[in-house]
Amino acid sequence: MTETNYPDMELLRFTTAGSVDDGKSTLIGRLMYDTKTIFEDQLDAVEKTSKQRGDGRLDLALLTDGLKAEREQGITIDVAYRYFATPRRKFIIADTPGHIQYTRNMVTGASTANLAIILIDARKGVIEQTCRHSFIASLLGIKHLTVAINKMDLVDWSQEKFDEIVAAYKAFASRLEIPEITFIPISALHGDNVVEKSTNMPWFQGAPLLYHLETVYIGTDVNHVDPRFPVQYVIRPHSDEWHDFRGFAGRVASGVFKPGDDVMILPSGFNAQIKAIHSNDGELDEAFSPHSVAITLDREIDISRGDMLAKPNNQPTVGQDIDLMLCWFSEKKPLQVRGKYLLKHTSKECRAVVRDIKYKVDVNTLHKIEDVNEVSLNDIARVTLRTSSPLFYDSYRKNRITGSVILVDEFSNETVAAGMIR
Amino acid sequence: MSNYTVNHLAHLESEAIYVLRETASQFNKPVLLFSGGKDSIVVAHLAKRAFWPGKMPFPLMHVDTGHNFPETLVYRDKFVADIGARLEVASVQNSIDQGRVQEEKGPNASRNALQTVTLLDALEEGEYDAAIGGARRDEEKARAKERFFSHRDEFGQWDPKNQRPELWNLFNGRKAQGEHFRVFPLSNWTEMDVWQYIKQERIPLPDIYFTHERDVINRNGTLLAVTDFITVAENETVETRRVRFRTVGDATCTGAVESPAATLDEVIAEVAAARQTERGTRADDKRSDTAMEDRKKAGYF
Repeated sequence: MTETNYPDMELLRFTTAGSVDDGKSTLIGRLMYDTKTIFEDQLDAVEKTSKQRGDGRLDLALLTDGLKAEREQGITIDVAYRYFATPRRKFIIADTPGHIQYTRNMVTGASTANLAIILIDARKGVIEQTCRHSFIASLLGIKHLTVAINKMDLVDWSQEKFDEIVAAYKAFASRLEIPEITFIPISALHGDNVVEKSTNMPWFQGAPLLYHLETVYIGTDVNHVDPRFPVQYVIRPHSDEWHDFRGFAGRVASGVFKPGDDVMILPSGFNAQIKAIHSNDGELDEAFSPHSVAITLDREIDISRGDMLAKPNNQPTVGQDIDLMLCWFSEKKPLQVRGKYLLKHTSKECRAVVRDIKYKVDVNTLHKIEDVNEVSLNDIARVTLRTSSPLFYDSYRKNRITGSVILVDEFSNETVAAGMIR
Repeated sequence: MSNYTVNHLAHLESEAIYVLRETASQFNKPVLLFSGGKDSIVVAHLAKRAFWPGKMPFPLMHVDTGHNFPETLVYRDKFVADIGARLEVASVQNSIDQGRVQEEKGPNASRNALQTVTLLDALEEGEYDAAIGGARRDEEKARAKERFFSHRDEFGQWDPKNQRPELWNLFNGRKAQGEHFRVFPLSNWTEMDVWQYIKQERIPLPDIYFTHERDVINRNGTLLAVTDFITVAENETVETRRVRFRTVGDATCTGAVESPAATLDEVIAEVAAARQTERGTRADDKRSDTAMEDRKKAGYF
């Protein structure tokens, strides 16, 4: 790692999905090991545990499975976050389990990811779970998908096998909304095409996985077109120096804001001009996602948390009848028509009632199942909600921040659903 | 870099500020846990930035084991005065005096685990419903499972197998009476990110993070500073070495590393080349493979 490069790295978040024994943990262990992110004492601990269990080889999966129960059962229970860096980029991995009952973890991991790696066991090819994981990645608006066809060592590094799996994958991927899909044949165990180009597969012309992660273009992943600024907190110093200061603090959701810009405040509909954009380092010439700033306006308007600044000529939809795709997380209670929940959307909180369940999606075949009365754990369904006050929203496809909601059970306080507005 | 992109430090900073503002909005009475270590210093610095030009709307709390490096206390008092925050000290010694906890015995006795009781008592007494900490997911395998907003039940316990999913930037801080949250704005930072940020922001640190001469003993591979709080056994020899600390915690379980690094740049170069994790110097984590998970479930930081 050259020190001068380090502060100018970009950030790439990715999630990994695969079914049990696809070698996901081994792949992450390999990426971290080969980029020298794993430390000697961590390796010692893994060696010790591998030996205790009588494993013949070093189990890199032990590096990623952090909880006692996970290590005992040899499974991943919860999303774990891992970090590594190369001189080009800092990476955040949301490592999510592949079990069927843990769809909610993949949805969680995918919600903040730029890219998803879907692992396929070369011996098994495209299976139901591959389809499910790809569908979730698509639903969560992931723009870059990398299909890593693993265990190529066990199919004699066969190009024919690789081509066959790529063709099978493409056959169903046409139904997904993912702009960029890349296929890479790898062996996570031996390191082929992970960091270094494989000498066992000279027929593969593409780049190894790490190079792809370092260079895939993510500049257009963020919406810089539609200005949206959810007000998170109002800063009023009440000090002599800042006597009349009222700063609207928040993180720019999308678009660009500049001093002098005309803005419209929702829900009041009043217009104002941006006086200044403040940060602790002084005033800024512009703010865009993901900046956290404080905005002052040229006139006194009553604005509080949950309100939103947009542009008079570019406004979000305002409404109380919300059509969304919902992933249900609760094992205790299903979602039912007329069920009432607390809804969180940007910095706003209100109540919501379920008006209609239009259909459930069979995540393995992508078929619609109609006439359903309830939605259970890990189900994905198209639902309409009525909210107690208007939301200022965009479609999730256009805007991940202003197009996403969560539902909270008012009694248990648990997060029971994630929703993507249509 | 193209227009409208930010580097990773700007990204992490804005994320942490977002989390701190969310904490101030969603909770009645948050408190920032401040140990005088580099991570909590960075969190306090970010809190100052998040609410500027207003003051940060919560006090700092130091859970004091009584086994401090004197440099940390000097630094703590100056730092708190400089940023104009209020400091509350929760004392492990008081918890011992009041019989809430019992001191460990033996040569490796440490007050590290006792802090949990002191912390939970102080949160309850102060009616704090969110405790902001500097823990990072890259530090330790149990911490890799943490949320930004991490729920604690009425006994202060963490249930890692049953956590609320955290999606997008929508944090759910709702809780029942008597429960609280731990909030970790630095979740996505690595040790290297913290050092780079300290350099970028020119944040002063306690001297013990930089090289100095110190009397140490080598106990089970950990270089422990010779202080009033540890007993040197007969077969142990006291040596003077040039050392610095990678983490700063209780003086009885925080090990030093031999290092000539005297400046931030030298420390950063050392971190980049390090082959041991920073918590590799912590005797408290070495007690068992799941030492951190066990302590965290009970309510530890």
